[in-house]
Amino acid sequence: MRQHYTAIIAKSLQARHRRERGLKYLGLISILFGFAFLLILLGNIASNGLSALWQSHIQLEVTVPADAVLDEHGAISEDMVFETNWNGIVQKSLRTEFPDAKGMRARRAVGKLVSANAGFWLKEKILANPELLDSPQKFWFKTSDEVDQYIKGHMDISVPESDRRLSDQQLAWADTLVEQGLLERHFNTTFFTQADSREPESAGILGAVVGSAMAMLVTLVLALPLAVMSAIYLEYFAKPGRMTDFIEVNINNLAAVPSIVFGLLGLTVFLNFFNMPRSAPLVGGMVLSLMTLPTIIIAARASIRAVPPSIRDAALGLGASKMQAALDHVLPMAMPGILTGTIIGMAQALGESAPLLMIGMVAFVVDVPAAITDPATALPVQIYIWSDSAERAFYEKASLAILFLVAFLILMNMAAVLLRRRFERHH
Amino acid sequence: MDFSTLTLLLIALSGLMYVLCCNRVRRTAQTLQQRPKSLLRYYGQNAVIWTFIPAFCFLLLFAFFHSILLEQYYLHIIADVYADSPENQHRLLLAQMKNIAAGILSSEDVQLQNLAQDFAASETLVYRARTWLVVLLALGLAGFAYRKAVPHFRVRESVEKTLQRSFLIAASLAIFTTIAIVASLLFEAVRFFYAYPIFDFLTGLHWSPNIALHADQVGSSGAFGMVPILAGTLLIALIAMSLAVPIGLCSAIYMSEFAHPRFRNFCKPTLEILAGIPTVVYGFFAALTAAPFFRKIGLSLGLEVSSESALAAGAVMGIMIIPFISSLSDDVIRAVPRSLRDAALGLGATRAEMVTKVLLPAAFPGLVGAFLLAVSRAIGETMIVVMAVGTAANLTFNPLESVTTVTVQIVGLLTGDTVFDSPKTLSAFALGITLFVITLGLNIAALALSRRIAERYE
Repeated sequence: MRQHYTAIIAKSLQARHRRERGLKYLGLISILFGFAFLLILLGNIASNGLSALWQSHIQLEVTVPADAVLDEHGAISEDMVFETNWNGIVQKSLRTEFPDAKGMRARRAVGKLVSANAGFWLKEKILANPELLDSPQKFWFKTSDEVDQYIKGHMDISVPESDRRLSDQQLAWADTLVEQGLLERHFNTTFFTQADSREPESAGILGAVVGSAMAMLVTLVLALPLAVMSAIYLEYFAKPGRMTDFIEVNINNLAAVPSIVFGLLGLTVFLNFFNMPRSAPLVGGMVLSLMTLPTIIIAARASIRAVPPSIRDAALGLGASKMQAALDHVLPMAMPGILTGTIIGMAQALGESAPLLMIGMVAFVVDVPAAITDPATALPVQIYIWSDSAERAFYEKASLAILFLVAFLILMNMAAVLLRRRFERHH
Repeated sequence: MDFSTLTLLLIALSGLMYVLCCNRVRRTAQTLQQRPKSLLRYYGQNAVIWTFIPAFCFLLLFAFFHSILLEQYYLHIIADVYADSPENQHRLLLAQMKNIAAGILSSEDVQLQNLAQDFAASETLVYRARTWLVVLLALGLAGFAYRKAVPHFRVRESVEKTLQRSFLIAASLAIFTTIAIVASLLFEAVRFFYAYPIFDFLTGLHWSPNIALHADQVGSSGAFGMVPILAGTLLIALIAMSLAVPIGLCSAIYMSEFAHPRFRNFCKPTLEILAGIPTVVYGFFAALTAAPFFRKIGLSLGLEVSSESALAAGAVMGIMIIPFISSLSDDVIRAVPRSLRDAALGLGATRAEMVTKVLLPAAFPGLVGAFLLAVSRAIGETMIVVMAVGTAANLTFNPLESVTTVTVQIVGLLTGDTVFDSPKTLSAFALGITLFVITLGLNIAALALSRRIAERYE
């Protein structure tokens, strides 16, 4: 009889083990799928975005006459500078490169090779170095974004000429410039030193980065002290009862409220009721701090709870007051954990864009904000704005901005993990 | 003086008072040959509390409220002066007056110009009064604290009471935030429901919020039926969940039951990177890579796939919530007592049998709770759908077509220049409160479920 059962079990054992392996591989495949997607996502964005680190430039020989800038006394005159057709000077020198371009249309087509902001750049350059006046000077001007995309191989030249942003003639001109060594790719410093622009070749992330930094500063200043205070209150001073329960339920709920709802709150309360400035990092930071507050409070409570009760008991036993025990003895030991939670909360806030859309931080802002009440955008919102625009060149810039944002967030999270490890070893 | 200068001034004064009070207590204690009742620093802290907090609170209240009060006052004056013009003109006049006062606008209207001059004058007056009040308040209370800085005053109790009270206020901020959310959304939503019946909003099958300026405009009937939007939201959440639940659950099971600890230590943080990537990045990927990809595949199979298909957004959203589901499920699975596991294995079950026949049934309520949280997350997710999904409200359950979601509509209705009186903008708040209620319900249900499993194995 016993042998009979063992035989049945032995017979089914193979199938059971097969099922076991099946479940195991299913799990492994799921995890690998997650990894694969992470690689595809980052790889795809990196392959699109890294080329934005370079920008094509055209070398042109330009002579700026002295009377474009200086008045009869040899001093810089703002009126003269204003009246000078700076773009015209660039265009004129560009046309001398292509004497074969005759007629309005061809001349205009030649002009499309350089950036529309080339004249502005020349003006700044000359005003900074007036000694360059009246003599032929070689400058590297940015190409227009279309030429830049063509040089980088992002333009599909198999589509018919009429559907393309550059004609065959313009492509040929660009090719000759490359052959003559007058068209080169240089490192794109503009991307890191300028704010947004209508022209992709003059657009950068500095404005958005500063806007984000300001909003984060406001968030940190508001959220960290408030979170620590709430956590200490809930852990050490709150009397168990309905009020405390209600506070806890509210904190847990707020942690799961969709971020856009916080945006709606900011819009109705901060902007419409309190008349605070639209698009300002101040309001953005306030909204984000309300959003991250629950996360930090929950983390702070957990790390306060993780401090051995003996610390507090010893302090109380030696005659410290409850407040002294909490602030002078428990809090310093809980601080690394609180900071870990804060970093994670801040990383979450830094990547958030939906609430910022609601309070108008999607504006097109050309200047780097100088104060927390100036109009500004944030880095994730800048990515959203760029990915929404038609030019392929902005797509490339958005990808590069994403790489920076993600790299920074990974750094923040790594810092949090390292902090946690050190903290754990401490105990 | 502006806000930041005044704040700096208050901080400087508080620092000075700290030192002064500490010194005073030390000196009097020396001359009286008496030990101070509290540590010296508490006398200083007391001075800081008195000097800084009331004056700063006043400064904050002023910053928040002065423009509203001043505007209300001038709105009344305008209503008196322009009694014959219609009521809705008054706000416009007020805005004009403010712009004239700021020197941005000029106007022919002499009455308005005079009002603007008045306004500018009273604004400077109010600001000057604020500065004086803040300074006097701070100085007065600092003097009060200084006089109280004597060795026999038990200052620690009073400082600690103030601190504890401020901790309570900080903790109740969560309640105030919730109240503010509900109140502000309800206020605007009720204004919307005055213009548009709530029943039609909840049951209407058409959504086209643009109100026609001309009678012959197409597709702009001003209909606010939210059924198609809700259906679109649920469709996308469903697609996301059907991708994320199996993958997230399987990886959680693998990591807690099968994986080598070293592999696990590598996996968990790597998968958490997926959770840390901002949603705008997923949106970017969904709109510019995933959607064209699905479209191409569809074309090669002879299917018409919209370039803003629900499938692309839902799939990418699903990937976004995989780490969310896997870490929540991991927590739930770990909460199942060791004894159940050991009993099953001891009876000769394979690991797989233990997982499917013991672990999952025991963890079931908690897992459902975790999935509900994930659904609430998917419904409230904004950037992916804003970037990858259209705004046209089609009532369809075909994942290859384009649908719209609650969050997309809210963003669409409230970005750009909007007038706050039209039903079009107000409808965004009706959608907002719907979203809030739905996610709140899901969160409460999830909490109740996970509490049940915790109680079962207490």
